[in-house]
Amino acid sequence: MRIKGKGLIDRSDTVTFSFDGRSYDGFAGDTVASALLANDVTLMGRSFKYHRPRGVLTAGSEEPNALVTVGNGAATDPNVRATMQEVFDGLQVRSQNAWPSLDFDVMAVNNLVSPFLGAGFYYKTFMWPRKFWERVYEPVIRRAAGLGGLSGAHNPDSYERAFAFCDVLVIGAGPAGLMAALTAARGGADVILADEDALMGGRLNAETYQIEGKPGHVWAAEAVAELAGMDNVRLMSRTTVTGAYDQGTFGALEQVGHHHGRRGEGAPLECFWRIVAKHSILTAGALERPIAFQNNDRPGIMTAGAVRAYLNRWGVSPGKALTIFGNNDDAHRTARDLADAGVRIAAVIDSRTDVDIKGDFPVYRGAQVFNTAGGKELESISIRTISGVEKIQTDCLAMSGGWNPTVHLTCHMNGRPTWRPDIQAFVPTEAAIPGMVAAGACNGTFSTHGCLAEGAQVAGNVLEMLGKTVPDVALPQAEDAPYRMAPLWAVAGKGRAWLDFQNDVSVKDVKQAAVENFRSVEHMKRYTTQGMATDQGKNSNVGALAVLADATGRGIPETGTTTFRPPYSPVSIAAMGAGAQGAGFAPQRFTTSHSASVEAGAPMIEAGLWYRPSYFPKAGEKTWRQSCDREVGYVRNAVGVCDVSTLGKIDIQGPDAAALLDFVYTNMFSTLKVGRVRYGLMLREDGTVMDDGTCARLGDQHFVMTTTTAAAGAVMKHLEFVAQCLHPEWRVAMTSVTEQWAQFAVAGPKSRELLNGVLDAPIDNDSWPFMACGDTSVLGVKGRLFRISFSGEHAYEIAVPARYGESLFRELVARAQGLGGGAYGMEALNVLRIEKGFITHSEIHGRTTAFDVGMAGMISAKKDCIGKVMAGRPGLVAADRERLVGMKPVGAVKLLSAGAHIFEKDAEVVRETDQGYVTSVCFSPEVGTYIGLGFVKNGPERYGEVMRVVDHLRDLEVEVEICPPVFFDPEGGRARG
Amino acid sequence: MRLDCPICGSRDRREFYYQGDAVMLARPAVDAGADAWDRYLHLRDNPAGQTRDLWHHEAGCGAWLVVTRDTVTHAVSAVELASDVKGAMA
Amino acid sequence: MAELKARTACEDALPCEIGATQLVELDLGPITSVMVWGSEQDVSAAMKTAHGVSFPKPNRSNGTDATRCVWFGRNQAVLIGVAPDASLGEHAAVVDQSDAWSAVSLSGGTAEDALARLVPVDLRRAQFKRGHTVRTQVGHMMTSVTRTGPDSFMILVFRSMAVTLIHELKQAMQSVAARRA
Repeated sequence: MRIKGKGLIDRSDTVTFSFDGRSYDGFAGDTVASALLANDVTLMGRSFKYHRPRGVLTAGSEEPNALVTVGNGAATDPNVRATMQEVFDGLQVRSQNAWPSLDFDVMAVNNLVSPFLGAGFYYKTFMWPRKFWERVYEPVIRRAAGLGGLSGAHNPDSYERAFAFCDVLVIGAGPAGLMAALTAARGGADVILADEDALMGGRLNAETYQIEGKPGHVWAAEAVAELAGMDNVRLMSRTTVTGAYDQGTFGALEQVGHHHGRRGEGAPLECFWRIVAKHSILTAGALERPIAFQNNDRPGIMTAGAVRAYLNRWGVSPGKALTIFGNNDDAHRTARDLADAGVRIAAVIDSRTDVDIKGDFPVYRGAQVFNTAGGKELESISIRTISGVEKIQTDCLAMSGGWNPTVHLTCHMNGRPTWRPDIQAFVPTEAAIPGMVAAGACNGTFSTHGCLAEGAQVAGNVLEMLGKTVPDVALPQAEDAPYRMAPLWAVAGKGRAWLDFQNDVSVKDVKQAAVENFRSVEHMKRYTTQGMATDQGKNSNVGALAVLADATGRGIPETGTTTFRPPYSPVSIAAMGAGAQGAGFAPQRFTTSHSASVEAGAPMIEAGLWYRPSYFPKAGEKTWRQSCDREVGYVRNAVGVCDVSTLGKIDIQGPDAAALLDFVYTNMFSTLKVGRVRYGLMLREDGTVMDDGTCARLGDQHFVMTTTTAAAGAVMKHLEFVAQCLHPEWRVAMTSVTEQWAQFAVAGPKSRELLNGVLDAPIDNDSWPFMACGDTSVLGVKGRLFRISFSGEHAYEIAVPARYGESLFRELVARAQGLGGGAYGMEALNVLRIEKGFITHSEIHGRTTAFDVGMAGMISAKKDCIGKVMAGRPGLVAADRERLVGMKPVGAVKLLSAGAHIFEKDAEVVRETDQGYVTSVCFSPEVGTYIGLGFVKNGPERYGEVMRVVDHLRDLEVEVEICPPVFFDPEGGRARG
Repeated sequence: MRLDCPICGSRDRREFYYQGDAVMLARPAVDAGADAWDRYLHLRDNPAGQTRDLWHHEAGCGAWLVVTRDTVTHAVSAVELASDVKGAMA
Repeated sequence: MAELKARTACEDALPCEIGATQLVELDLGPITSVMVWGSEQDVSAAMKTAHGVSFPKPNRSNGTDATRCVWFGRNQAVLIGVAPDASLGEHAAVVDQSDAWSAVSLSGGTAEDALARLVPVDLRRAQFKRGHTVRTQVGHMMTSVTRTGPDSFMILVFRSMAVTLIHELKQAMQSVAARRA
């Protein structure tokens, strides 16, 4: 019911939205909850477990009941709190967890069998038989006890992440937060003021307090306007600070697009902020506690503060005849505000006897509400007074069990709050978060004056710590009423008195947990699911542990709280992962030849972040194998061209460059002549192989190291580790030049012929022998030329500055085609190297040693190197280790698969008889069959033995003959020729 | 989490690569024996309290750092250049 | 005789303008990594003599748009706009990086806001003034960001990552522009 003349809504701006298909009107500034209440809709949801009808309990982000689904189609958001969702024209809202409808929910039958569904029910009932859990119990439970569902469609919305920095982060824009922000800002600090609400002001917008003689919300609006006009202040409304992390880092979720209908127009729906603050001021306010009594969950029963918020902020009375039940003076404000607004008050019930309240309504002192009646909405309450029991007709009950300071963020770094008996509540423990101070209601200071004063005070302290002058800020005049209360957690009675509305946990459940010896608050929580729903027990945890304390005969502080963890309120995964969807998942690295390869129809495959051509199909080829075999033929018989720019290239210079290389490679590099290249093997300190590659000496103190594509980053890091952590005295500098050079392999018997067509000074075998390197000039551009081979053929790698890469690649390929060759891709490159037994990270995969790959001889005896000591351990050089071998199929099946395991021919195929595994396979045009590389126990000693390769994943069993890993030109004459 | 790089200043944890215990700076001699090498490579304390580890400011200046921090409070008490720490060990 | 054609890293993709922010590719001329293995003082003196700029302190750049020396990491700076004098090589590794980096300029009133979506460092003008530079990340990429004017930044990433850089920046620019719409 809308009340005339009340509220901060814009009555000139009517908006129309729908709830469960029915159309309703609201005003700009309304939430779904306030607009529905204005339309006399009180039933907004069904509870999680028992499907009990529920209405709103609160008016804020702590709402446990009124969870709704918003939007339609793919742009659907489940579990949106109706108390936070602002209404706009065309908004579609649906209720959740009810079937077939909110009014008639079949699963409400759970409510009737509830005696069997109490605490621990699932644990006790679905224990046996065990295999039923996955197939039967869990699906049924999940269907019955669900929240809202996802659309199942791809999320079309965009999300954003952003970073912000400030001197002072003020969390919460109520009186304390506004005063703190004003003080800090006037003192010249760089301030961020964040508030989860669309409208800053906190309780000032929900109360009728006066500040400086004007309505509190007017003062708040003026303060916000002043802050908005300052360059050193950023106001972040609709932004919930969700977590406090190490070294002044905060997570915050900004709702950017949920409050208007313009979804999908480029603007993000949500933004997840990482805010870094030198200091933070927590002014998050307090949350009102419900009181537990039988049937305290009917629609129409809500917190007293929520009733005031609906009345004062949204001009809505949630009922026509209201009752108020409380244990503190604050609840009386609700009566006063309602009376002033002309709303009928059926009764005020206070559990205390010594109460001073007057008004045109009946007051029951020393009385308690012990039950309620009604169906889908509240009809009456039953109260117990000193003189007996009475029934009062009412459609809305405002209850208040006192206020809990919002201590959550102060506990995110494992801090525990401190119990304050005078207010029967937990308050933040000082310095629980380095750099954070709490002020106002979240610090247990409940009067408006107290909030303003504390806000100004803590901001002043922060300014001093920042070395800034504290401005002379006059404290605005405001009410300073004491907060009087007497604890009342649960009203004695028989039926179910609800604590956790969202997870349907009752007083009885908590007591049952204690009886069954789940006396620790953490055990009770898990046994009853108390506080484990999306509201994380904001409304109920303190009440529940008070009940537990009572049941176990301990005090509340001794009972303690459960652990508060981020986020304060739910954060969508999409917001946390913002920017990392699709192309944002990882950078894409493209070689200079990328477009040329794509133009040629090459499927591009990912190699780390790089994209490399798999093969270059030709018209008429039906399978990749045909293309691959042809490309292998180019290299073996004519000339092939392949982009090898992705290999890591590290420029190493300085007087100690050679010493560094001797230390990181197993073999010697200080003896390498200028103008020559050497293959090098690199170990990790534990003796396993880290990487391999070639290293060229371009000058006395100048080397260029090549790493594998995969290990480029790791090797660079390793070299820096050696240079900075082990030998900072060495004068050496490493620079990655991977990106500077576009480098192409030109391989095959006609490689020199091709190159001599583009090199400005032709070469021959004498001027450029195998493993020679040096500067060159290619078509007028300065480049580098290396005579190295990864194919076993007479081959070169030619490098030019990357800007010329594409042009040179096209030129080389065109010329290769003229010589009966062409471009080759990763598939052919792999075949060429397997035929030669050259290893890649398939073989040096992090568990193999130099000994395993047959390179023990490469560990120089003349010097120390990384990994040398450990590589010499007996276990790492034992003959029966799995060692590199080649293999060929010899039986009926001619196929091989990488990852398959190797067994003795007639052995049982079990783990214990495993002899090794296959690492690389290919079809070798040269050999005419599939060939493979792998590791077998005592490998080289078993050449000629027929073994069995078994791949259970691909259902493959192959007889193979173990052979040396080099299948082609074992003498290596072709590369030298 | 943030680390105060002695070269770059205070930076978000995402810029850093975590390596492990700073004992890695004290590489044993070739003939130090299996125990020394075992301690160097594998044997690690798991303290509830102060620890020193190596971090690499990979996405920043590229410096290797020795970070002294508390595993309980997460407080970072010192960030030093590994080259300085190693230099002082010599 | 065929001739090799040069191609820049961002060719075809830039320039572009979204909302109040412009993104253009920069032609920086020669880019040379100068990584000191000897005395930084000597390198700085040689650079001052040969090119008129000294070796910058961390997080700073020296020089003008024509010849600029930008701090680039531990013991490292890049000399931009001029071919390096041989004297620099006496105490430092002097390495040509002219083709290794894609360089773009992001400018306009909302350039700071766009970068705040991608860079985990405070780049607001009050903290990050003209000539200030950082090595950090833009999205998942290692980068060098330098403020070149009141509303303009020079951003470098690996040449091979140009496509991703443009994608990330455009998305941030769009997001910022759409919020203002």
